[in-house]
Amino acid sequence: MDDQKIRHLQATAQQLRRNVLEMIGIGKAGHWGGSSSLAETMAVLYFHAMRVDAREPCNPARDRLVLSKGHAVLIQYAALCELGYFPREELKRVKSLDGLLQGHPDLTIPGIEAVTGSLGQGLSIGVGMALALRLEKRPAHVFVIMGDGEQSEGQLWEAAMAASNFEVDNLTAFIDLNRIQATGHTDEVFRIPDLVQKWNSFGWEVLNARGHDVTSIAENIDKARSIKGKPALIILETIKGKGVSFAENTATYHNGVFDDARFAQAMHEIALATDMREEVA
Amino acid sequence: METKSLRLAYGEALVEEGRANTDIVVLEADLGKSTMSCLFKDAYPERYFEMGIAEQNMASTAAGMALAGKVPFYSTFAVFAAGRAYDQIRCAIAIPEANVRICGSSCGLSDFGDGKTHQSVEDANIMCSIPNMTVLNPCDAVETRKMVRAMLSHKGPVYIRINRNELPVYTAADTDYEIGRMYRIRKGSDVVIFATGSMVWKSMLAADLLEAAGISAEVVNVSSLKPLRKEEILKYTLGKKAIVTAEEANRIGGLGCAIAGLIIGEVHLPFAQVAIDDQFGTSAYGYDELLERYGLTERHIAEAACGAIAKRAIRH
Repeated sequence: MDDQKIRHLQATAQQLRRNVLEMIGIGKAGHWGGSSSLAETMAVLYFHAMRVDAREPCNPARDRLVLSKGHAVLIQYAALCELGYFPREELKRVKSLDGLLQGHPDLTIPGIEAVTGSLGQGLSIGVGMALALRLEKRPAHVFVIMGDGEQSEGQLWEAAMAASNFEVDNLTAFIDLNRIQATGHTDEVFRIPDLVQKWNSFGWEVLNARGHDVTSIAENIDKARSIKGKPALIILETIKGKGVSFAENTATYHNGVFDDARFAQAMHEIALATDMREEVA
Repeated sequence: METKSLRLAYGEALVEEGRANTDIVVLEADLGKSTMSCLFKDAYPERYFEMGIAEQNMASTAAGMALAGKVPFYSTFAVFAAGRAYDQIRCAIAIPEANVRICGSSCGLSDFGDGKTHQSVEDANIMCSIPNMTVLNPCDAVETRKMVRAMLSHKGPVYIRINRNELPVYTAADTDYEIGRMYRIRKGSDVVIFATGSMVWKSMLAADLLEAAGISAEVVNVSSLKPLRKEEILKYTLGKKAIVTAEEANRIGGLGCAIAGLIIGEVHLPFAQVAIDDQFGTSAYGYDELLERYGLTERHIAEAACGAIAKRAIRH
């Protein structure tokens, strides 16, 4: 990736954060924390790594992204909107009674590939897609993003076993390791030690990426796609709520509400970070 | 009377349909030799996925396959198909209306030896309560065969409930079959019995008993538990003196409740429900013993019909 591409993806990630903030707005609850921690990953996937085209959202040859941690769907809407999957006005109507954008991923929304939100199910769905694509000898790749809190769901480990049993290598999974879940720090809510060893012992190739470094994410995706005969997992080291100082590393903004002042400050911080990047450029 | 295995018919149907339709894939959770999906494995091993004893993952994986254009059929015992993977069916299959075909085998009390953990008294009731789901309950092997074909052209998810034991054949191979229709198996004028699954067999025997007692019973095979069409029910209740429903399932939220709910206030006839009385199954040496214990024999149905007709006589 050249410098220009890197700067473009960094700016895109900030734009996605801005879109998420606009969707959440003032006085309404929204999943800022786990959306924001995925901004760079979404930017790299949708604007660099994945073969997708908003003009052909059902093209059977497309790559697929299943957001198993469906509560972070705002960051996916942010990306899909930038790509032109639906009009920008829909962002303002998210979760409204007659709006297009549901509170969790829904198949009625162009670009969304699976219904998720009841945690632990996305990897299984992704494995099904990968097996179907392999049967049809299509080169498409399936990406699945899981949360770290989600790792306590048993079904996900069934899917992990199935993926290695069937030697699925057209699928790459991610864990958004932001270390905070709905009610607190993951180590305090429910300890899941030795995550790398667990996935390794389930037959997966485990890679580590700096989750807010677009180059690190892109390189690891390339590496994951080149692994044959087994599935690959990329653990993303991230910061929950990244980009808004008071909302970082706290469960308060897992599904939090911004008041007027906090919202203004959040927008200001995102704008500042974007400006600074542009100055450096 | 000739009896045939429904699960064998299911497995053979998959193989036959899978020949021309290469989009069909089959998933199983280590019970393929019971559900008879093993026949598909022998015929098309590359399209058969043994998912291990992991029903939740199987349901969601099937959903992913359907979303990628395949036509997945997955099977296991009804109690696991509907119960163990309820939320996976709800979220990954029913909400997005994925073309997944779910086979709940060894339904009701038909797995007599294994007892209450393996007998499903509520699988169809649960599945009927999920929006977008179509629920089928064949009465014999011939109807099972037709249903597998009908499922292929049907849009959206389907749950099919299959009896473990051989049952008498009442339907004909050469007649049309359509999801959502009811089929009259026997004509009668006094009482109509709406029966589903194995209870079609017991209702036909009950009709013989009633005939000997001078009562003419009509038997309607309700093999589509959902959708359940009101106009079909009204067609068969017209001119009758009483209504009986018969199902090998919990009376709460089952066929009887559904029919009553559709016609209440419009059809003023005595109504009797033959069903499992809100209890779990139990182990037994044979299927017949269980049907007797749970009040699901021809005698029970005939008595319910007589009781309903007597109620009308008293009222008039």
